[in-house]
Amino acid sequence: MEAAPDWAIEAKGLVKIFGKHRAVDGVDLTVRRGTVFGFLGPNGAGKTTTIRLLATLLKPDGGSARIFGHDLSKEGDEIRSRISLTGQYASIDEDLTGMENLVMMGRLMGYGRAAAKARAAELLKAFGLQEAAKRQVKNYSGGMRRRIDIAASIVVTPELLFLDEPTVGLDPRSRNQVWDIIRALVGSGTTVLLTTQYLEEADQLADRIAVINQGKIIAEGTSSELKASVGTGTLSLQLVNAEDRPRAVNILEDKLSAAVRSMPDSTSLTAQINDSFLVADALSELARERIAVSDFSFGRPSLDEVFLTLTGHEAAQEAQSEEGVS
Amino acid sequence: MTGYIEQREKEASELRLNESIASSDRPKPPSAVASTLTFATRALLRIKHVPEQMFDVTVFPVIFLLMFTYLFGGAIAGSTEEYLQFLLPGILVMTVAQITMYTGIDLNNDIRKGIFDRFRTLPIWLPSALIGSLLVDVVRYSMASVIMITLGFALGFRPEGGLMGVMGAIALILVFSFSLSWIWTVCGLIVRSEKALMMISFMVLFPLTFVSNVFVDPRTLPSWLESFVDVNPISILATAVRGAMHGTVTTQQVILVLIVSVIMTAIFAPITVYLYRNKK
Ligand SMILES: Nc1ncnc2c1ncn2[C@@H]1O[C@H](COP(=O)(O)OP(=O)(O)OP(=O)(O)O)[C@@H](O)[C@H]1O
Ligand SMILES: [Mg+2]
Repeated sequence: MEAAPDWAIEAKGLVKIFGKHRAVDGVDLTVRRGTVFGFLGPNGAGKTTTIRLLATLLKPDGGSARIFGHDLSKEGDEIRSRISLTGQYASIDEDLTGMENLVMMGRLMGYGRAAAKARAAELLKAFGLQEAAKRQVKNYSGGMRRRIDIAASIVVTPELLFLDEPTVGLDPRSRNQVWDIIRALVGSGTTVLLTTQYLEEADQLADRIAVINQGKIIAEGTSSELKASVGTGTLSLQLVNAEDRPRAVNILEDKLSAAVRSMPDSTSLTAQINDSFLVADALSELARERIAVSDFSFGRPSLDEVFLTLTGHEAAQEAQSEEGVS
Repeated sequence: MTGYIEQREKEASELRLNESIASSDRPKPPSAVASTLTFATRALLRIKHVPEQMFDVTVFPVIFLLMFTYLFGGAIAGSTEEYLQFLLPGILVMTVAQITMYTGIDLNNDIRKGIFDRFRTLPIWLPSALIGSLLVDVVRYSMASVIMITLGFALGFRPEGGLMGVMGAIALILVFSFSLSWIWTVCGLIVRSEKALMMISFMVLFPLTFVSNVFVDPRTLPSWLESFVDVNPISILATAVRGAMHGTVTTQQVILVLIVSVIMTAIFAPITVYLYRNKK
């Protein structure tokens, strides 16, 4: 089978089992060349494992995948010369300086000594790490560490870059810097597969998004498709008093003739509804019943709501308990 | 006004970013030699930044030599000077054999820190990552040897084999240690924590180095122990090194060391590389 050249990733039924646990459980994935694909899921969903499979770091227990048409199980070297991985945790030699790390990567990519130095200097400057070039990476801040880590991955611009939770733990400024870097990479034609737990990040960067939970992809599409799949309009309400909630649910369900969901916190409610007149009506009924509302919005659902609807309440709880254990 | 300047700075930095990303074209992957040298350079840079890691090859040999010479010298051989002639080659073998275990610990650290994953996604000849750092380890072992022999000389060690004999002895130790290191790289790849790794290394090394002919003549031992001491690779090496330093070495002794080294490398180097490639 000759693969269509415009696919960066075509994965079919990927499975990875750790002991008895199916960490990745039949993942199908297609990523078009030159796009950003967002991989969204709670803790333990299988995001990192999927990336490690696709980056030739793990052997799948089932299924197959092609990277730029090259078979994952047979053409590892071909694939490795096209991809790059920035792992979830910094994969840099912390005892070396930023400069030394990048020169080393340049040499390992095949540059001569002078070219590797020049390239390292250029990247440090572009990533705003010039002043830190001669400092050991262990003295870097979280944001600087992330940037040097990404810089090390693109010493030679890869055709496909895997970014595993690139902005976790960064302040908004550092996060924006990383986003700028990702956008610049895409501008130069690199395909990016990024995992994230932040819906805003997927919304901002990704052309297409897959939601993964318990090793399975449960939804896939553009961010507007995902939002539409949940409903076109969403009413979100926050009550002042938690004890009003049962009454509020009754009133809203009555006025809107739609299901009203109680959110995990004790005062929030959401409902899928398109008719703005009904919404206005329902709100005035709440006012007549003296149920105070501290916040409300009506519009297209946020990705957060999509995420919660798709993964379900249990997934969120499970992820939390899992985090507690590890 | 400042807004304007900020805007221009932002544009300039964006331009730099875009240029830096667009300007890299892919060179040919490095040769095995080039990547090995790069990994060796990395190990040297690590020594430069973390000089404490030279502790084992500088302080250990000194302490070991002084301790064993003065502690056992009088008791076992009657005179320290006489015992030193017998002891120094063996102590040298023991010290270097014990330092080889740090190779496995370094590799284990790389795995837990994630840089190992980065190396594994590179289009390089993967064994170079291991060989590069082993080469620098060989340099460290030479340092330990030179330090110990120099100190021994000051204490009255007089090798009858002369400079050539001593150099030959060091060469044998280096070949043997390089081969022995592959056992530790296998352990470093299998064992999860550094602590467990240390424990395993000691459990292997202690009996191997002490139940050997390093300290005592095996003929004084009960026969069942003697036969173990005779086949212990550390004894085989110590015999050849002692012979080389005192000018009595036989070809057979040297060949035996080389055979042991080849066997260790032939078994454990491929396992290391296999595990390195297929590590979960
Ligand atoms: N080497 C391993 N051995 C055993 N179990 C593993 C291993 N790696 C991952 N797992 C398990 O597989 C599941 C998926 O893990 P994975 O790291 O892929 O999740 P993730 O989506 O990246 O989560 P996070 O957001 O926390 O990074 C988890 O339950 C995890 O405990
Ligand atoms: Mg992860």
